Amino acid sequence: MIKRTVTGVEQALEGVQDGMTLMVGGFGLSGIPENSIAQLVKAGVKDLTCISNNAGVDSFGLGLLLQGKQIKKMISSYVGENDEFERQMLSGELEVDLIPQGTLAERCRAAQAGIPAFFTPAGYGTEVAENKEVRDFNGKPHILEHAFKADFAFVKAWKGDEAGNLIFKGTARNFNPVMCGAATITVAEVEELVPAGTLDPNEIHIPGIFVKRIFQGTNYEKRIEQRTVRKKP
Amino acid sequence: MKSALNKEPLEKNHNMLSKEQIAQRIAKEVKDGYYVNLGIGIPTLVANFVPNGIAVEFQSENGVLGMGPFPFEGEEDPDVINAGKQTITTLPGASFFDSAMSFGMIRGQHVDLTILGAMEVSQNGDIANWKIPGKMVKGMGGAMDLVASAENIIVAMMHTNREGESKLLKNCSLPLTGVNCINKVVSNLAVLEITPDGFKLLERAPGVSVEEIRAATEGILIIEGDIPEMTF
Repeated sequence: MIKRTVTGVEQALEGVQDGMTLMVGGFGLSGIPENSIAQLVKAGVKDLTCISNNAGVDSFGLGLLLQGKQIKKMISSYVGENDEFERQMLSGELEVDLIPQGTLAERCRAAQAGIPAFFTPAGYGTEVAENKEVRDFNGKPHILEHAFKADFAFVKAWKGDEAGNLIFKGTARNFNPVMCGAATITVAEVEELVPAGTLDPNEIHIPGIFVKRIFQGTNYEKRIEQRTVRKKP
Repeated sequence: MKSALNKEPLEKNHNMLSKEQIAQRIAKEVKDGYYVNLGIGIPTLVANFVPNGIAVEFQSENGVLGMGPFPFEGEEDPDVINAGKQTITTLPGASFFDSAMSFGMIRGQHVDLTILGAMEVSQNGDIANWKIPGKMVKGMGGAMDLVASAENIIVAMMHTNREGESKLLKNCSLPLTGVNCINKVVSNLAVLEITPDGFKLLERAPGVSVEEIRAATEGILIIEGDIPEMTF
């Protein structure tokens, strides 16, 4: 068994430098790597390019890195819910690349799977397609999109083992599995880290080969953005 | 520039559908055995009006199929949300998956019906719903993937904006989300089908006249024979 465990979040982030490109898992605040983000804030690295579906909220998630002006560029599909983000974007402090959500996911997956580029119909005829190669397949126009290149991928899983195998929970899965192995170094934080042999190999979502460093996270807040409920009958 | 349309009758018309009624009318388009993706806003309400006795599964592009109603108070799970980041529940037969697989379902045309909102729709089926230059830039989320691939797309929208200007246009004025992709529009005034010749009027909201719909539609409106009122 090849051990992927590191001692904690400090060791997990070793090598993160100013100007790097980071993938960050999560959808909204669900399934975000809370411990790694906190450590990025603490480390004070700056001029980061972050690939993440959303940009957090003002006081949590990637919003924390925005508050500290640590992010130079965001590559996302949806960035509402964040006043500081909007302010920095409109003032030109922050560069923003908005891309379709499925394209974002597939550009991660392509990087993970060693596919340099692919064609997708998403965005054809819109400003997303500007300066991109267009080709017809089965009579329908598609645009050429490229795999991402990133230095680190930070993901969050529910359970993981010493070998780096991961299991996700609910919709907290989202972008996390497709970012594993899509960057030079993938760091996974988990709610529960168990010895190898504990997890059923049939139930592994992401094999440890895609995960370079794994550690047990702590103090998960798991904030809910839109608490919607119905009354008990 | 868009011309200010004849807005007088509209502002005085109290027969326009409510958001709930738009959702209720769209629910009639949901058939037994359909996998359906619902957008944020009015489309989310459609789930409340799907008739009993038909089997339908709702997909949310953040990674769940088989979405159920909102959880009971105290039973919210931060790890189970929909694309609007609302807490939800799942129904028997539900599944979770990652974002690449989710958009594989969408791009691969496995989802039977897509219902989403729009700021503008043009007579050739273009849609704009993600950006108002200089005003609102939140991003397209999954909308561009959905409209580029889905075969059956219904738009839920208001027929006119607050100023009474038509949102059913010859050409969209806002940045596009997708081109030549919308099949049907259900507005607060009418049900319309997008045809190669323009918006074909299929049904009127109860109490709304063909003339009122014509006045509220900037794009080409095709009226053939008597136009029935909607039923719910």
